[in-house]
Amino acid sequence: MNDFRYVKNGESLSIRAEDCVGCGDCLEVCPHGALELRAGKAGIRDRGLCMECGACARNCPANAISVTAGVGCAAAIIKGKLTGTAPSCDCGSGSACC
Amino acid sequence: MMLTQVRKEPKVPLVGYTKFTEPPPRYVEGYRQIAGRSVPVVATRLSGRDRLGDWAVRWDIRRNDYAVAPGLYAVGEPDPSSPLLVTANYKLTFDALRSELGGIDAWIAVLDTKGVNVWCAAGKGSFGSAELLDKIARLRLAEIVSHNLLILPQLGAPGVSAPEIARVSRFRVVWGPVRAADLPAFLAAGMRKIDAMRRVEFRLADRMAVAPVELAHAWPFGLGAIALSLAGALPLGDGFAHRAAWLAAATVGAILCGSLAFPALLPLLPSKAFSIKGAVLGTLWGLACAIGGGFSPGMAIAITLASASVVSFIALNFTGSSTYTCQGGANLEVEKSILPTIFSLALGLGLGGASRVFGF
Repeated sequence: MNDFRYVKNGESLSIRAEDCVGCGDCLEVCPHGALELRAGKAGIRDRGLCMECGACARNCPANAISVTAGVGCAAAIIKGKLTGTAPSCDCGSGSACC
Repeated sequence: MMLTQVRKEPKVPLVGYTKFTEPPPRYVEGYRQIAGRSVPVVATRLSGRDRLGDWAVRWDIRRNDYAVAPGLYAVGEPDPSSPLLVTANYKLTFDALRSELGGIDAWIAVLDTKGVNVWCAAGKGSFGSAELLDKIARLRLAEIVSHNLLILPQLGAPGVSAPEIARVSRFRVVWGPVRAADLPAFLAAGMRKIDAMRRVEFRLADRMAVAPVELAHAWPFGLGAIALSLAGALPLGDGFAHRAAWLAAATVGAILCGSLAFPALLPLLPSKAFSIKGAVLGTLWGLACAIGGGFSPGMAIAITLASASVVSFIALNFTGSSTYTCQGGANLEVEKSILPTIFSLALGLGLGGASRVFGF
């Protein structure tokens, strides 16, 4: 069961089929089952399930995946905007996350 | 190799392994001696003290100071052929792991994630390749096990690059299950996962487990809401208690709605955006209180606007506790919702005040 979908999920995810070696390691680390192997190549099964955590890209031995990983945390984004820094998941005592 | 296990802290130095502040923590049951040094053996049953600490940290008590010493630990009676698990040094994480390992002999390498759980630390990079390589060397893991497999929690993958670990060290990363509870089945099946072990869920119990932190942060606003309700119910005298009670129900209730009802109802609320889901819930709550309290039309609109904005904002913050939100979406939500939220709250408060003063 996984019915949760969020705004803009998976927008930055792309796979270069010509570079993919078909090892399937990206499927192994995807926490939402967003990827699949099709004819020996990794492909996007369901983009809307991708939360852009970056696990697939970091673990692709052929560097065939690109995704803009970040924190899906409004508190971090607001803090980043207020302090003029990049959003970071540094949960101080004042914010609720993780 | 002969392995001995001793109850008391041995003379053999812990150097290069786990360094405790004195005295060693209570969950250390003994020391396993291997390769000329000692490895603390930890209990696989949580004590009452562990459970109390784990419960308290869910309420944000000591959450930023809830860590175990990074280093090497053991459960059961592991030998060089035993599995080597890797985890984070958040005590809630460490407890979740060891409590699932009853009857299992294993080594546990605890990375220094500054007391943060695996997934968040992986996102930040502190549960990352560099830290893992550092611990492989510093804990001299190659002297502990005769195999070359490191079992990492799958949620460490945003931070750790398995190809890099394989390139730089003699170890190979095996991605274990998302949940520690699946480890015994994973190990028994020869380190094979079924699909369910790979998936992050966000079930009702998962959502409610992260809700108390939100509530713990909300209490100052709850006090503010009570003060506001009392002020809004003035003048004293006829109907004051009735008005105050219903205003408190609306305002304190809105905070509880955002902190508890919102996570509970998350999948049932319309829209993908947390702020819109929250605004819908807050509007319903505000209307219910406005009608229930029999307020004037002006006050009813004021209550509804304020409730919608408060619940929407708390809901927006829940993105940080959720398991499926991306940065692009959260960024868009922040940009689109903050001004309407502030405007709606200001309008609600202003209208409420005017309604009391001018009686509409």
